[in-house]
Amino acid sequence: MNMAAALAPAATALRSPKGAIAGGWLLLVILGAILAPWLTPYGYDVQNLPGAFQPPNAQHWLGTDEFGRDLLTRLLYGARTSLSVSAVAIGISVTAGLILGAVAGYFGGRLDRAVTVVVDLTWSFPEILVALILVAIVGPGVTGTLAAIGVAYLAQFTRLARAQIMAIRAETYVEAARSLGASDAFILFRHLIPNTLSPVLVAAMLATGDAIILEATLGFFGLGAQPPIPSWGAMMSSGTAQLFRAPGIILFPGLCVAATVVAINLYGDALVRALDIRSRARTH
Amino acid sequence: MLLEVENLSVTIGQISPLEGVGFSLDRGEILGLVGESGSGKSLTALAVTGLLPLIDGRVTAGHVRFAGRDLAALPPCALRALRGKRIGLVTQNPMTAMDPVQRIGAQVDVMSRLHLGLSAAAARARTLELLTRLRIPEAAAVCDAYPHQLSGGMKQRIVIAMALAAEPELIVADEPTTALDVTVQAQIIQLLGEEVKRRGLGLLLITHDMGVVAQVCDRVAVLYAGRIAELGPVGGIFARPAHPYTRALIDCIPREGTAPGSLTGIPGAVPSVTTYPLGCRFHPRCPRARPICSATVPPLLNGHACHNPLEGADG
Amino acid sequence: MAEPLVTLRGLSRRFDTPAAFGRPARSMMAVRDVSLDILCGATIGVVGESGCGKSTLARLVLRLIEPTGGTVHFDGADITALSARAMRPLRQRMAMVFQDPYSSLDPRFRISDVLEEPFRVQGLPVPPGRITELLGLVGLSPAMAGNYPHQLSGGQRQRLGIARALALSPDFLVLDEPTASLDVSIQAQIIALLERLRAELGLTYLFISHDLGLVRYFCSSIVVMYLGSVVEVLADPALPPRHPYTSALMESSFIPDPAARRLLAPLTGEIPSPYNLPPGCAFATRCPAATDLCRHTAPTLISDTGGHALACHHPPEPAAGGATP
Repeated sequence: MNMAAALAPAATALRSPKGAIAGGWLLLVILGAILAPWLTPYGYDVQNLPGAFQPPNAQHWLGTDEFGRDLLTRLLYGARTSLSVSAVAIGISVTAGLILGAVAGYFGGRLDRAVTVVVDLTWSFPEILVALILVAIVGPGVTGTLAAIGVAYLAQFTRLARAQIMAIRAETYVEAARSLGASDAFILFRHLIPNTLSPVLVAAMLATGDAIILEATLGFFGLGAQPPIPSWGAMMSSGTAQLFRAPGIILFPGLCVAATVVAINLYGDALVRALDIRSRARTH
Repeated sequence: MLLEVENLSVTIGQISPLEGVGFSLDRGEILGLVGESGSGKSLTALAVTGLLPLIDGRVTAGHVRFAGRDLAALPPCALRALRGKRIGLVTQNPMTAMDPVQRIGAQVDVMSRLHLGLSAAAARARTLELLTRLRIPEAAAVCDAYPHQLSGGMKQRIVIAMALAAEPELIVADEPTTALDVTVQAQIIQLLGEEVKRRGLGLLLITHDMGVVAQVCDRVAVLYAGRIAELGPVGGIFARPAHPYTRALIDCIPREGTAPGSLTGIPGAVPSVTTYPLGCRFHPRCPRARPICSATVPPLLNGHACHNPLEGADG
Repeated sequence: MAEPLVTLRGLSRRFDTPAAFGRPARSMMAVRDVSLDILCGATIGVVGESGCGKSTLARLVLRLIEPTGGTVHFDGADITALSARAMRPLRQRMAMVFQDPYSSLDPRFRISDVLEEPFRVQGLPVPPGRITELLGLVGLSPAMAGNYPHQLSGGQRQRLGIARALALSPDFLVLDEPTASLDVSIQAQIIALLERLRAELGLTYLFISHDLGLVRYFCSSIVVMYLGSVVEVLADPALPPRHPYTSALMESSFIPDPAARRLLAPLTGEIPSPYNLPPGCAFATRCPAATDLCRHTAPTLISDTGGHALACHHPPEPAAGGATP
């Protein structure tokens, strides 16, 4: 399967109005995060105490915070932290979940039971609790957040991959491969995992939205990226003290989190629909 | 005439899968509607039962007349009353006609209670009689069972009982035995045939199997790519088919004395509705095609729609 | 011609369902004590209804599932004793064509990928031109090589399934109802293709089917199965059957000739549950000729010198054998 075919549903998802708006916002945030050093003349950690608490104006479009740092600049750099930490964590989680789920679902038996028990155990706790335990073990900071989010969503992807693999394992083409002499590794990597990928990637997309909230929550508690590195959660946390004096400090990062999560969900829905149409065309 | 289908054309969106289909069916008669998948036979069943709106289909020309009344002129509620009461439907998959969480007896009872206004006790007595007639052993025990507890053949017999319970005049059976085992298939087809004859009902039997047609039908309509290819009494059509497609369909089934290596099938495949060829739609696969076949549509005359019918065929 | 390519001896497979939710553990014999010689160049038809064990038998022969008893010899080697690794090179010589042409092809594989898969699996290079040659062999256009399965019709998909089975030039094909989900006109095409390939490539077939009429046309000998056991073996498909079940199968087939219309003596009685077979003959519950002997003692399969084998206490005399009109 070539790249163009893989990306086709991602483009199809942009055709609906909701998909287009959501995709547009995500693109804007991602570009802003990547291009932050070139988009803004200010540094995210340059303090200017006399210029603190400015309302939005021509120099500072969204105003400044309690240390006089440009809010827009911090939002753009914050997007870097929030997006990259969430995406990398989910990436780790998906990869590990896919391998665990595939092995458990394909080989079954004692291994499957062991994986299922562990996964169900983490599944039965709220994600935030799992994440807090992980941060307590690893320690606060970017590494801790990555580990916390990665493990918090591991159960979800393992379960999904395992169920998919078990369904596809019964397909005749798998039996056909075996009748030709295919090894377990060949069947797993050539047939089972590629056919599991689309639903798992959609789930990963949607989970990234949740992960952004989780990352912001950990940041809000001061357990995420450590100052002066900005993250949306940490910005909101520092904004609570200035809620009435400068509501922008908490409002703008909050809006960013909300808009990004909603956009990811809307785009994910559009993606599901695009993939669904394709799979229906296939079975007919 | 119980059922008259006249020059029926059906469109779904941009495509016209049925064109100028016509046949009739009398009481006490079994008409086989035979064709490969994609020929439009199930669509015809939907048209006859007034269920075309389910798949966004529209009758664009022609009529379906049931007992003299044009189905297209009936309001939906009258159509609904007709279906079930006067027209029974038996589908390929019995589970689509059954409620998985209701006992068998209740599901058959409701048909005669609803359509004949019988009391609960009378309906149950009727159900038991029907099941026994359909040779279901221990009918009383089966009434207390749930659908999943029965075999496929048994379920299909229950669906036939449900169709018969309302004392319909017409039964439309769409591939009623395709999903079943051979010995069970034979039993069910025979039972259905017997009941239809005994009650003087009309049966429109939709199938892809010329063998089934030969064994139970009185007349047959051969459908190809949305048009009637040949129409007539079973005896004549099997003895002297006029349309090369009919001949080929019959020859697809090996029988006693078929020489090894003589089975060839029909070359090519049924065209999809978007790629219907001009002229006779069978001509690309036809060994007897002549230039005219790809130019003009052969009219249905003397029971066949062919420019170059087989020799010795009935006029 | 006379050498057996595949030999089955006492082949059995039991499936166990563990106890769950208050239901006791139970087990069924899907295939019971099947012995068979498949000669080089023969086409053996295995016929029976759903649940008779014919598909399980097909998978046991290729060792896609493990037997619980008995052996399979392929060209002299006991393949039931081989490890999966040792089995792999032998798999080049045997292949299977599956019933469902839809689920037997990976939707993500292009047609060329499907045909290259056998070589990849075996770690062999794909000979240049082999894909085109295979497509031509089964009557598909080489121009289709880049297409995906969903762009093919059912008949074309089944041709592709056959081409995949032929990729490594096997000697032996197991055909598991290869035409059961196709239209009759396509079914006849596929059977004609299989006949041509048999003659051109000198293949040996094990043909699984529920259609006795088709098996009688296509096969050189017939094995009839009922609920896991072989009940009759006909060395010559033209011979009239003697087992009451085979006769019933024959009478149930719909002959496309209204002149040969007949009233069936439908089988009465229910098919017993495979988890709870009666002690005697499994067919006794539906057999018109069943006696107390049949209900209490299972008949054994006895062969005569002509290669005909029968498991029945009360077979009709050969002269009066149930020849159909």
